[in-house]
Amino acid sequence: MSGARLAVLGAGAVGRSVVELAAEYGHTVTAVADSSSAAVDTDGIDTEAVLDRKAEGGTVGDADPDAALDADYDVLVEATPTTLDDAEPGFSHVAHALDRDRHAVLANKGPVAERYGDLRELEADSEGQIRFEATVGGAIPICSTIADFGASHITAARGVLNGTANFILSRMAAEGLDYEHVLAEAQDLGVAEADPTFDVEGIDAALKFVILSNVLAEGDQEFTLDDATVEGITDIPGSALELAAEDGRTIRLIGEATPDSVTVAPRLVPDDGPLSVTGTLNIVQLETTHAGRLNVSGRGAGGPETATAVLSDVSRLTE
Amino acid sequence: MSDAASEVQTHTIRLELVDEPGELLRALEPISEAGGNLMSIYHERGNVTPRGHIPVEVDVSCAPDRFERIVDSLREAGVNVIQAGAERYDEELVVLLVGHLVETDLSDTLQQVEACANASLTDLSLSAPRGNDESSSARVRLKTKSGTTEEALRKLREIAAQKDLHVIEPLTGESP
Repeated sequence: MSGARLAVLGAGAVGRSVVELAAEYGHTVTAVADSSSAAVDTDGIDTEAVLDRKAEGGTVGDADPDAALDADYDVLVEATPTTLDDAEPGFSHVAHALDRDRHAVLANKGPVAERYGDLRELEADSEGQIRFEATVGGAIPICSTIADFGASHITAARGVLNGTANFILSRMAAEGLDYEHVLAEAQDLGVAEADPTFDVEGIDAALKFVILSNVLAEGDQEFTLDDATVEGITDIPGSALELAAEDGRTIRLIGEATPDSVTVAPRLVPDDGPLSVTGTLNIVQLETTHAGRLNVSGRGAGGPETATAVLSDVSRLTE
Repeated sequence: MSDAASEVQTHTIRLELVDEPGELLRALEPISEAGGNLMSIYHERGNVTPRGHIPVEVDVSCAPDRFERIVDSLREAGVNVIQAGAERYDEELVVLLVGHLVETDLSDTLQQVEACANASLTDLSLSAPRGNDESSSARVRLKTKSGTTEEALRKLREIAAQKDLHVIEPLTGESP
């Protein structure tokens, strides 16, 4: 879809980048909302003014946040923070758009990981479509690659989908430091959040692999976070990485998604293999039925990176 | 099959052949005649022994009593049999164990792994901190029988869980 009118919900790093880059992709932002305010203009909001206001005063406009939901738009961009269980308010935002026969593009993992069946049901009753490339691996085209091959031709997806855990493990291995030390460094650099639980306990990675299993299962089975076997990296001592390195291996937080299971755990991988990406890079390996293995890697997080995935999804929508 | 004598296993036979046409075929005939199922032949043509022979490794699947017959008939046919071992440990498995390894009796852990997981320990590297508070790590290299790696891993997980140890497994789905 070209020349789309976008309503952007969520004004964090991803939402702000979508607003900033939309014009470059030929789209118009007709509404933007954060948790306490909204800016709405059917002819297109003044993106620069809105972003300046957000940076200075913390709000995007004077309207009520719900005004963005009722604005004039073709595509709703759901970029509010990921929530678990009922995945609200993200889920209702998407439901609202589908109810109006509008499209929804998600950067929020919650609804796709926790309520995939509900989403697909709503989509079936709507003229609108949902897309969610941005929920898995930031700028890396994973969902669209699976769609290109056809989900039935992909038997498994595995890889590294959490930059924070990967940064910590690769720093521990390279510097011989222990977990606590590297975590503190990652927090100073802004790579890890003040509360790193989601990343280091493997939950963030698990949500992404749950989404991939939902895609691979093609409706035969539905997955949520509860169906995933998840282990984090907090118990790994520096000595384990040293022993791995002596043997030409290293440890990475690896997820595996198949049409019938989801696991995330620290695993031993060859030091020089494709899965031992360093720093905050992400990689996904797709196991194909007739074409061997496909490796796709790149930046798995960040505002402009994830916004790139969102805007590519908007382009993929059919009118 | 419960009868151990009739249980089909994979056996490895190492032969040395004279570098002459027809030699390989002559060595394989007794195997098929004795009812052995040829699994693989590794013919190291470029690798000549000091005596000018060519080493060949043959994997045969059959019951143990048949295997003896195969080896006998090979020797009768004048084929040079270097080594004939029963069950071949031909898959390597490297795992890391993390936790209170010494306090939970590492040698007992490893004995259990060898006994229950049907694996043989080929290398162990331990890194234990001073004092008892911190976790220690061990890198364990095991040889398992072809096709049983998944089961060995499952047993290993059980043993580790009993002792509250953490297993960092290799990614078995990934080929080298």
